[in-house]
Amino acid sequence: MCTVCGCGTDQVEGHSHSHSHHHGPGDIHFGQGPAGTEVAGMTQERLIEIETGILSKNDCYAAANRQVLNQMGTFAVNLVSSPGSGKTTLLCKTIEALGDQPLAVIEGDQQTANDADRIRATGAQAVQVNTGKGCHLDGHMVGHAMEHLDIAPGSLLFIENVGNLVCPAGFDLGEDCKIAILSVTEGEDKPLKYPDMFTASKLALLNKIDLAPHCDVDLDLYEANLRRVNPQIEIIRLSARTGEGMDQWVAWLTDNLAVKSVKAAE
Amino acid sequence: MHEMSLCEGIRDVIEDQARIHAIKAVKRVRLEIGSFSGVEKKALEFAFDVVMRGSVAEGALLEMLDLPGRAMCYDCMKEVEIDDRLAPCPECGGGKLMPVSGDEMRIKDLEVI
Repeated sequence: MCTVCGCGTDQVEGHSHSHSHHHGPGDIHFGQGPAGTEVAGMTQERLIEIETGILSKNDCYAAANRQVLNQMGTFAVNLVSSPGSGKTTLLCKTIEALGDQPLAVIEGDQQTANDADRIRATGAQAVQVNTGKGCHLDGHMVGHAMEHLDIAPGSLLFIENVGNLVCPAGFDLGEDCKIAILSVTEGEDKPLKYPDMFTASKLALLNKIDLAPHCDVDLDLYEANLRRVNPQIEIIRLSARTGEGMDQWVAWLTDNLAVKSVKAAE
Repeated sequence: MHEMSLCEGIRDVIEDQARIHAIKAVKRVRLEIGSFSGVEKKALEFAFDVVMRGSVAEGALLEMLDLPGRAMCYDCMKEVEIDDRLAPCPECGGGKLMPVSGDEMRIKDLEVI
């Protein structure tokens, strides 16, 4: 049972179910209360060992999303960062640079459809998910959002998470990997202050490097701190504004998509 | 963090178990929480009481068992136990540690009637 809108049942099968309520054109709003409960009678006191992850429901939804994406050979990335790191600008520039590559975007924010509007202005399809009071996207929200998108086989799917360096680290959405965006204005110790997000990410994009000379920052120290919390992390320095490093980032995406497509074909 | 969401996750699992095992009431919930999970225990306790209202686990006792954090040291390539996410390697003093466990957030068991 989904505690968000009450739709669905205990079964998660490809995560597709009909709705009696309307979500509006392209934008989805979450944040309503939990569903009720039903209890049958038993009087004996006993211990039930369950050893279940607290987020197991989310993990079920994420697994269903992942299965759909794997079948289609779609490479899905979960973009995570603090608010104001330049995620949406970077995404708009990335979409431009990718040319006619099929892609889709899921935009997560607490409120407003501003970001989805900005993405749609590039000509790309986008759906806005408003989380209400929620501080992160979850697997269920993304499953719904995917139903609103026409995701072609061999596409890229960009999921722009709510700007938050804490909570989105713990919630699997069914993506191939998380990508952390860190802008140079945020301070070299950001990875040390919020290690979980950078530990969970496969790639870090060090954004706004054109501003580095103006804000007295040490880009090497950024990289050293990223590797301290995640020795395996890949790092690309770029500027969405000037275009520096964008080639490397776009190549990273297309290389990973190619690998995913080969796996889907097997 | 997102302790309210975590408690909603706990409630989901408990309600599923309530249906499966015909549970009338949950008296105690035991969680296993890894030391790198980022869970704020006080906040979780508060959220637990609020979120369980109206469910089979209303008024249930919440117990949290700590699990240690383990990490692979990329300097000496040993798996070590560390208390703090940013602590140096206790073996070699190295600073490049990749957690391998300690992010657990599990419901261990339920005491029910």
